[in-house]
Amino acid sequence: MNDVLELQDAVVQRNGREILNVEHLAVRPGEVLTIIGPNGAGKSTLLLVLARLLLPDEGRLLFEGRTLGRGDGLAYRRKIGLVLQAPMLLNASVYDNVVTGLRFHGISKAEQSQRAGLWLEQLHIGHLSGQRAGSLSGGEAQRVSLARAFALDPEIVFLDEPFSGLDTPTRTRLLEEFQLLLANTGKTTVFVTHDMNEALFLGDRVAVILNGKIHQIGAPDKVFAAPASPEVAAFLGVDTTVAGVVITVENGHVVVAVNDQHVEALADVRPGRPVMVCLRPEDITLWDGEDLPASSARNRFSGPITKIVPRGPLVYVEVDCGFAVSAAITRASAREMALEKGKRVTVTFKASAVHLIPRQEAEALPGDPA
Amino acid sequence: MLLNLNPEVLEITLLSLKLSGIATLISLFIGLPLGTVLALGLFPTRRFWLSIVNTGMALPPVVVGLSISILLWRSGPLGSLGLIYTPAAIVIAQVVIAAPVVTGLTVAALQNQDPRLQTQLYGLGASRIQMIWLLWKEARLPLLAALMAGFGAVISEVGAVMMVGGNLLGQTRVLTTSIVMETGRGQFAPAIALGVILLLLAFLVNLVLTWVQQRSAHK
Repeated sequence: MNDVLELQDAVVQRNGREILNVEHLAVRPGEVLTIIGPNGAGKSTLLLVLARLLLPDEGRLLFEGRTLGRGDGLAYRRKIGLVLQAPMLLNASVYDNVVTGLRFHGISKAEQSQRAGLWLEQLHIGHLSGQRAGSLSGGEAQRVSLARAFALDPEIVFLDEPFSGLDTPTRTRLLEEFQLLLANTGKTTVFVTHDMNEALFLGDRVAVILNGKIHQIGAPDKVFAAPASPEVAAFLGVDTTVAGVVITVENGHVVVAVNDQHVEALADVRPGRPVMVCLRPEDITLWDGEDLPASSARNRFSGPITKIVPRGPLVYVEVDCGFAVSAAITRASAREMALEKGKRVTVTFKASAVHLIPRQEAEALPGDPA
Repeated sequence: MLLNLNPEVLEITLLSLKLSGIATLISLFIGLPLGTVLALGLFPTRRFWLSIVNTGMALPPVVVGLSISILLWRSGPLGSLGLIYTPAAIVIAQVVIAAPVVTGLTVAALQNQDPRLQTQLYGLGASRIQMIWLLWKEARLPLLAALMAGFGAVISEVGAVMMVGGNLLGQTRVLTTSIVMETGRGQFAPAIALGVILLLLAFLVNLVLTWVQQRSAHK
């Protein structure tokens, strides 16, 4: 099927600095494409370029295969819906806000009323119709913003971190409802977020943007399980990334030399290939002492604890087992194991938990065998 | 004098109200679009024009009177129009005083809005005119304040009005010039009475505008 939207060779500069450089990005019909990246990575700029609310210094945007020219802005903008992080409601009633776009489009009053009624109900805010926008809670205001965008029956909906300003319970509820809404309407959607859970939850495909460039794009589970570069891995929360060299490969079972240790992994690489070994902290099991029962985990290393960092409900424990490995455990487990800096522990992880990223042959990094 | 409003005072009061009202309306028609262009436009000389407008907001009325007098003087560049010492000359001087005030406060009102509102409105399919209309509606409170400030500047103006209008009875005599004249004659009672009328007039007009402003604030 043809792409709905295609961005080619787009460059945006600000104050002489390049803030976006996207060679190619396509949005497929009916998909939810999430754009994920840290603050300042260029996510919102990319969204504005795709929504044609910002003209890039270079590059072109194709809608349904046709390049959008200078005079096509308004016609294109009348085929989209936009929801920003701040709801940006007018100082008017909820109803008047929901029909704002419909009035721009010249839709008849009867149809305005019918569509507004439908979307106010869909988003469970029908009872707020006559209320002033200024009196709404954050969650209600964002529902109005969503109703306003969907009432336009747009061909593409653009959302820029719509839930990030909300408290956690409101956000979780709205996110679940929104996923259902997208599933029911089948709208082509571009959703920008810095939250990996949102990206995983909503996206049919995920594009990772770092420093203005798209580093990886693909199905969420593939991107999260197999980051394409150490930078993507670091952003996606892969805490352990160490350099190594593949020494043996047998039926996809790989042994990688990392310093003086051997790490077992499952991958399709050739012997001698320099790689980055990536491990997620939640895939590591931490054991008290060094005498362990037999298990299916192929990798088992012991060493002293070098760092203990509490983060929310978890504690991140860094162990020096010839290379630094970071494990995430609950606060209760950390307490029961009486973990402290310098204490010797053992880490285990399965070969399938190891992700290898090929790197340049000439590149020598700490962790490479001497 | 206040209680038994004589025809002469009534005529002066109505003329003051009429000329100031016309000048304020003309200033609004100049200041609103000009202020919008300066607030939203992205052109290289924008800051220069903003400085001009801001300087215009503090323009000494007596300098305005002098400049308009030179222009409209019978031997001046626009002398052939025969406007000196006419109500039209007063309106011209008042517009020169009020238009920068309305323009400058329009710029401030629009620039005070969240710039993301423009993005949001465009993202809902607004044309440029539809977007500007909604921005004006959203800024209606400060824009009404701009209107009040413009009216306040012209209704209380005396120096320029005296210079270009001449204080001719039945033609260009307004409240402020009458007060100056009566005070000059040492006739303080009528001067005070006219002063009270001027104050009441300014109060009543601003009362109406404030009522409109606050009604829309709570709508």
